[in-house]
Amino acid sequence: MSRAVHELSIAENILSIVGRYVPEGERPFVRSVKVSIGAQAGIVPDSLKFCFEAVASESPFPAATLVIENVPFTIRCRTCGAISSPEDGTLLCASCGSMDAEITGGTEMRVVEVEVDDAEKGVR
Amino acid sequence: MSVVTIERKVLEKNDEVALRNRTLFTDHGVYVINMVSSPGAGKTTILEKTIDLLKGKTRLAVIEGDVQTDIDARRIERSGIPAVQIVTRGGCHLEANLVHEALQSIKLAELDLLVIENVGNLVCPANYDLGENVKVVVASTTEGDDKPLKYPAMFRNAAVLLINKIDLVPYINARPDVLRKNAFSINPHLVVFETSALTNQGMDAWAQWLLDQATKTKPAR
Repeated sequence: MSRAVHELSIAENILSIVGRYVPEGERPFVRSVKVSIGAQAGIVPDSLKFCFEAVASESPFPAATLVIENVPFTIRCRTCGAISSPEDGTLLCASCGSMDAEITGGTEMRVVEVEVDDAEKGVR
Repeated sequence: MSVVTIERKVLEKNDEVALRNRTLFTDHGVYVINMVSSPGAGKTTILEKTIDLLKGKTRLAVIEGDVQTDIDARRIERSGIPAVQIVTRGGCHLEANLVHEALQSIKLAELDLLVIENVGNLVCPANYDLGENVKVVVASTTEGDDKPLKYPAMFRNAAVLLINKIDLVPYINARPDVLRKNAFSINPHLVVFETSALTNQGMDAWAQWLLDQATKTKPAR
């Protein structure tokens, strides 16, 4: 489903993936969902967190919060082999100034893991 | 507290549908471009001029993505080629499943080239694969030379850059060479065309490039 802010659509995608991994009986006890978001993934972390919690509150995971692991944008220079992290998303090697580089991280969006509160589950 | 390991791509669902679209396109030998830009960069006008140049040389159709109205699809239909409108009703980008639905109304077997005109937005469409061969990003000279630095994801994921409204350069404070340099600092592999959909400057080169891609994609019969 597409919506006015794409972070909302991203949040819905995250919850639908979580739903495939957590059995129905455990869903209310999902405490947190950890995602890995690249600095150059085109996502505003605060906006994603806000959207996630809005969507989660009306989902089978009402207690879930979003934990965002920020992955820096990194490149490996094909000229000198150096690894650098240009904050502006360009391919400029900080070591030799070459622009011939491959991206090694920082564009991804992954759901990493969820935490389920077993103690609370046992009480009910 | 117990931990369930997941390790999945957030947009894997979209990517799966995109792959289904891509397989359909490949099976039918249709070359597909996904046109993206800010609102008002000139996508639809470029498209109309491109259709004028390619009509009769290749069989093409258009999928129009807009937040509201079918104005753009009606504009394209006036050019005499099939156009399907997707109205996202507020959605800021097209997703692969919307394109998949639109494909029900398109006869791929009768096509060489399909143009998907995305919603005018340089942020959100960057993340969504629709199954296209390439993303074509349009940046107009009036938008500022630093556009690629402000919206790097889109320029990184595109294969072609059209610098449009090139006819306005003498009248405004625009430096297309700086725009080009900024774009290359994000993505050195971009194929760049300077165009004016108004005066037709550069349009022949762009249309010819597109025709060459469509011809290459068509399997020999």
